[in-house]
Amino acid sequence: MRILTLDTSAVASAAVLDFEPSDPVRTLQVVGNFATADTRSHAEVLAPGVKSLFGDPVTEGPALDAIVVGTGPGPFTGLRSGIAMARTLSFTWGVPLFGLMSLDALAQQVFDSPRHNDAGRAVGPLATSAFVVATDARRKEVYWARYSAGAELLEGPHVGPASEISGGQVFGAGAGLYADVLEAGGCRVEPAFAQAQPTALHLGKAVVHRISTAGSLQDAGFLDSSPLYLRESDAKVPGPRKRAL
Amino acid sequence: MNHENPLILGIESSCDETGVGLVRGTELLANTVSSSMEEHIRFGGVIPEIASRAHLDAFVPTLQQALADASVSLQDVDAIAVTTGPGLAGALMVGVSAAKALALATGKPLYAINHLVAHVGVGLLDESIAAMHDAGALPSNLGALLVSGGHTEILRVRSIASDVELLGATIDDAAGEAFDKVARLLGLAYPGGPAIDKLARSGNAKAIRFPRGLTVPKYMGTAEQPGPHRYDFSFSGLKTAVARCVEGYEARGEEVPVADVAASFQEAVMDVITAKAVLACRENGITTVLLGGGVAANSRLRELAQLRCAAAGITLLVPKFSLCTDNGAMVAALGAQLVMSGVAPSDLAFAPDSSLPVSSISL
Ligand SMILES: [Zn+2]
Repeated sequence: MRILTLDTSAVASAAVLDFEPSDPVRTLQVVGNFATADTRSHAEVLAPGVKSLFGDPVTEGPALDAIVVGTGPGPFTGLRSGIAMARTLSFTWGVPLFGLMSLDALAQQVFDSPRHNDAGRAVGPLATSAFVVATDARRKEVYWARYSAGAELLEGPHVGPASEISGGQVFGAGAGLYADVLEAGGCRVEPAFAQAQPTALHLGKAVVHRISTAGSLQDAGFLDSSPLYLRESDAKVPGPRKRAL
Repeated sequence: MNHENPLILGIESSCDETGVGLVRGTELLANTVSSSMEEHIRFGGVIPEIASRAHLDAFVPTLQQALADASVSLQDVDAIAVTTGPGLAGALMVGVSAAKALALATGKPLYAINHLVAHVGVGLLDESIAAMHDAGALPSNLGALLVSGGHTEILRVRSIASDVELLGATIDDAAGEAFDKVARLLGLAYPGGPAIDKLARSGNAKAIRFPRGLTVPKYMGTAEQPGPHRYDFSFSGLKTAVARCVEGYEARGEEVPVADVAASFQEAVMDVITAKAVLACRENGITTVLLGGGVAANSRLRELAQLRCAAAGITLLVPKFSLCTDNGAMVAALGAQLVMSGVAPSDLAFAPDSSLPVSSISL
């Protein structure tokens, strides 16, 4: 089974993953992977990045089994560029499209990361119990969600100030940005993840993890590709005009 | 690729219309538009974030409908064209991302094109205009007057594929935007253009003398020594003048003569637009002028433009209304001209540009 994943909820990223559906985790191969470092160049770099994952996208695209796109939450303009791309590729190639919450990618990355001791030896999982992942929502707020130690979603996604998060380990660039607020509130910010962003590679690993748990892609409980905006547009309905009396 | 009579798919998302059009050479095959206008009514103007959300959901269905309307498949298409600017940044981003996906998924060349020049290119698709000239070509000594909610410009078009020059433009609000704001002042519905046009018919356009922006000598100069804004427009002062006028009636406890205000406001806008357009044409050797943009539907603009162009010996071309408003067919029409002229396609790494100058016909 071969899938294309896209995530533009923070950085612009795409990946192609290949695996046996009967044993997805152990047979997983990363065929191609690309991610930007910055969060503001989606329009320019996403299409060339996706193209670079294929020898010939015109023939290889229709042979994909699925496209999975990160549906956010994330800054709207960048998020939409990835979903517009994913929906159009899905339509053109005739490949089914699924959505997955972008914070799941970060949670998966946490789940996949071991804790090392001072000698550099892996001594267990990085997240020892339920944990929170947080990304930058701009306007002094974060997007966040809470996961079990097994990377299953417990609550969220939410948008709000970092001070709303109480207790436990917090991972991701949203935690790095507001480390002082979080630590003052009794949270622990993991330094190794203080700049981490959701990427298509880890979104793909979350897909594989879900398929492995559910037994099939159909049963894995994916979302549709609707963006998780979490915020309304700022537009205000104008009130009645004041009369000059 | 077919360079003689190419089949072009055009994508437009610069404001609140999601448009997909299909054109073969200069033949219109499909012009499918999905508008989010209804969602903006309660705000009295286009809300960029709401428009962008609507583009995302409308794009694939609009594309499917356009392909069905034209009875063609994506495989048949020779090239894809997309509006890359000017326009609302977030709205442009959706159309550009989708267009890039189409190009990379099909392997077809992609042209990132200028929205304003596309408003001129659409003239090639109009049957009544084509009947007046050599089929498949625009008239020589061509100018364009574009008036909409997002733009107000006078262009000189030496070559649609390679040489377009901005002669004048609004320095603040677009004309259509001024109509929306004044309509709100008068308690009329959005969009303001049709509402004011309708009400103005029962009003006296000479009842109130509203200012004509940028028409005093220090801005105009002379033909030999043009001032800084000889062909430019400004509508924000006019909007303020209408507000003061309405407040004056209210302060005096008099009923606002809304029809007279609407007619006098409309007259002020159309008077200055047509006067400056004709002046620009006469002083730049333009003998044919094409009208474009949603405000081309305004009855007083058409009437005054016809009258003044005729008096100056200028031919006025007005495409049918569905081609004047923002649409994908105009993008496809310009794309076809670029392909037929041998212009190279755009690199997949281009970025949309919300203030793309009119001299950049394609990227
Ligand atoms: Zn327009």
